[in-house]
Amino acid sequence: MRALILLKTSLVALLALSASFTPALADDNDTPPWSMADEYWGEDAMKAARDKVQHKHGNLKNYMIMGDRLEWQDTGGDGTFLWDAQGWYGGDIDKLYIKTEGEYAFDDSEFEDAEVQALWSRAVSPFWDVQAGLRYDLEPKGRTHAVLGVQGLAPYWFEVDAAAFLSTDGDLSARAETEYDLRFTQRLTLQPRAELNFSAQDIPELQIGAGLSSFDAGLRLRYEIRREFAPYVGLEWQKSLGDTADLVRADGGDPDDVLAVIGIRAWF
Amino acid sequence: MTHTLDNFSLERRRLLKTGLNAGLLAGAASILPTWALGADKGNLGLPALTGTNFDLTVSKFPVRINGRTGHAVGVNGTVPAPLIRFREGDDITLNVKNTLDVDTSIHWHGLLVPFEMDGVPGVTFTGIKPRQTFQYKFSVPQNGTYWYHSHSGLQEQSGHYGPIIIDPKGVDPVKYDREYVLVLGDWTFTDPHRIFAKLKKNAESLNFNQSTVGNPMGLGGMWGAMRMSPNDLADVTGETYTYVINGHSTADNFNMVFNPGERVRLRIINAAAMTLFNVRMPGLPMIVVQADGLNVRPIETDEFQMGVAETYDVIVEPTEAKAFAFVAESIDRSGQVVATLGHRPGMRAEAPKMRAVPMLTMKDMGMDHAAMGHDMGDMASMKKDDAGDMPMDHSKMGHDMGGIDHAAMGHGAMAHGSMSHGPNPNGPSVQIPKIEADIEVGPGVANVAAVPTARLDEPGIGLENVNHRVLTYSQLRSLDPNPDTRAPEREVVVHLTSNMERYMWSFDGVKFSEVTESIKFYEGERVRLTLVNNTMMPHPIHLHGMFFDVVNGGGNHMPRKHTIITKPGEKLSVDVTAEHVGDWAFHCHLIYHMHAGMMQVVSVLPASKPRMSDGGMDHSKMDHSKMDHSQMNHDAMGGTK
Repeated sequence: MRALILLKTSLVALLALSASFTPALADDNDTPPWSMADEYWGEDAMKAARDKVQHKHGNLKNYMIMGDRLEWQDTGGDGTFLWDAQGWYGGDIDKLYIKTEGEYAFDDSEFEDAEVQALWSRAVSPFWDVQAGLRYDLEPKGRTHAVLGVQGLAPYWFEVDAAAFLSTDGDLSARAETEYDLRFTQRLTLQPRAELNFSAQDIPELQIGAGLSSFDAGLRLRYEIRREFAPYVGLEWQKSLGDTADLVRADGGDPDDVLAVIGIRAWF
Repeated sequence: MTHTLDNFSLERRRLLKTGLNAGLLAGAASILPTWALGADKGNLGLPALTGTNFDLTVSKFPVRINGRTGHAVGVNGTVPAPLIRFREGDDITLNVKNTLDVDTSIHWHGLLVPFEMDGVPGVTFTGIKPRQTFQYKFSVPQNGTYWYHSHSGLQEQSGHYGPIIIDPKGVDPVKYDREYVLVLGDWTFTDPHRIFAKLKKNAESLNFNQSTVGNPMGLGGMWGAMRMSPNDLADVTGETYTYVINGHSTADNFNMVFNPGERVRLRIINAAAMTLFNVRMPGLPMIVVQADGLNVRPIETDEFQMGVAETYDVIVEPTEAKAFAFVAESIDRSGQVVATLGHRPGMRAEAPKMRAVPMLTMKDMGMDHAAMGHDMGDMASMKKDDAGDMPMDHSKMGHDMGGIDHAAMGHGAMAHGSMSHGPNPNGPSVQIPKIEADIEVGPGVANVAAVPTARLDEPGIGLENVNHRVLTYSQLRSLDPNPDTRAPEREVVVHLTSNMERYMWSFDGVKFSEVTESIKFYEGERVRLTLVNNTMMPHPIHLHGMFFDVVNGGGNHMPRKHTIITKPGEKLSVDVTAEHVGDWAFHCHLIYHMHAGMMQVVSVLPASKPRMSDGGMDHSKMDHSKMDHSQMNHDAMGGTK
């Protein structure tokens, strides 16, 4: 419960902080940063040119769409399709992130999990962004969560994405993912990946028990035909833990499973 | 074998004539101007053209480079653009017509033109609008090898650059029998905006020399801990670029011709967008006679590293009748371009094998050997004598480098007041007023060099251990005595800052888009400009409208440059005489660094205007990056209005 209050307080504090960070507009200043050419070419024309040149040198917006894992998993029968993708739009400091991940089981012709997040992401240090926003679960049920997380690059080149989720039902959970690129050559890369899921309380309808609920570890070997496009093969070990494992077992599932995967990593 | 002046003039005239005829024959086969063609196409040396009126049309057109067709944005339909050659002191008129759908501009790089003719949109004029013709008019008090290029968008990367030669009014102290101009470039078939976008999305994605299991230096240790790469020598590499000389790839073979015994002058211009080149002619010593358009005392060398926008004129005297290679190798050794100097037109020199790829060291991070403690065994190759350059108190810096607390290692912990400058043979013995922003680690600043070092006596990254002579900045001496030998009255320190991971580049941690006030110089003053490179890359820094007198121990023969490479982790000083009133662009000449924000403006304010007193304000204690300018009373500072 204390963690919950802490999270709520943090969210409020962060939103307040964001308001105070609203970037100052360059032209709300009466004194231009330089102006000697005005007398040759006119004040208005030079102001327009000055605003344009400043905007173009450091203030352009960019975007990226990254399908980190678009893969077929050998879960028996026709298998499962998994997607884990994110995209961003924005400047160097503030970005809008959309993240989505989920699984579709071909045998049952249905989504097992599907979620989408919309996050405001703010660079707070050389390698870290703080992210806050909403997550909506398309499957199962239609839960909405408040999200507070960090994404960035830890020492020794570990990509980290960690977030806490507070659902509209009051359930608190968290997820931490890390990936590492181990290059064998300039194009052949082995990517170990680990994901931990936590829950602050039992959520029986989702087969989740309180505590560390599940652990995924993967190894994916990809070949970058181009930097932006890399097919891969790999193995994924999915393990449910503690009460969660019991719940999965009770439902006839396997709390400890190793899967072969084949997929594509692509970005543009 | 030497010619008398008359003899070789005669010979040149003869050569010109044949050159012209051959040029006409070959003209249909190629759209390049004669000076940019190989000797096999009739270029037997530069024509001594001089003019005062030039019509230049900027357009988009197809070009054929390395056997492939691409699209260029350039001048008069060729890459490089036409050679503009005129005489020192002449009144020049250049009509620049823009047939593009977007604005364009031409900046006359290194030329001391009135600032409103300097050609930087948003700084010195409004730019040249589509379908507009802009007339540049100026005369310049200088001679030598220079160049021109667009200062709009990323047009320079697309081919909008060309050479300028200004012939001296009097006798040229440099004697030669034949001359060529070699414009180095990094051509790409990819849209430059796509390249920039890729760098923003994944800054390392264009580098195909990253650390691997077999070459793991960057994975662990300090490098991994700090998330810095020792393999980051160039952001855009030979994977993306086709390196060219006068629009010729190695396969296209720009070939020059000589008669054994002749003195051949090569005017070399690095007009690349992003590439520092190592230039050498295996088996042929080069006598450097000019740097950045101004003559230097002749110095013989075998290789030099050339920043983007720098120019070097060299004399070679081949006596052997054979084909010599002229090699321009990209600093990261991901590619090279080879031209030929042979005794017959059309010869092709053998391209040398690419040399081993160099790696950065802790010194490039601005971490001195002496301060690094004992866990730096792999850095044994670093020179130890640099420890003496900076009289800083190392005991204050903390020897426990395992913690890597940059904030604590940064300037905050180093108390500016206690920092004195490195010993300077030319400088004043008393401390001069200094303006320096406090740099803090943040989203746009991944590293603050703890111990920046003097590196003017180093040849450049990757050339430390080659087994021949390599030019260093500390060797250069101006041929003419410096026009201004006053000691500087004031020092302005500018920090070069970046975060490679986010592909953010800036001065003093402030991107150009965020600049609210230009750097102020005052007409007639002598200023010391000190550059501190907190990034892991060498930056060719260019200030428009004035020359840098490089503080390299040259007394009153300091070399004077318009562009200076600031090495990683380096602290260097140049003295500047602020003569020409105006707003002058000041930027890194690596185009994507500039585009990301590594740019400022230096305003040289007229002497007649009141001047902000430096005595009353302690700038060294001020954090300019955090100043709220809207709250400042600018009237009290004077000058700008």
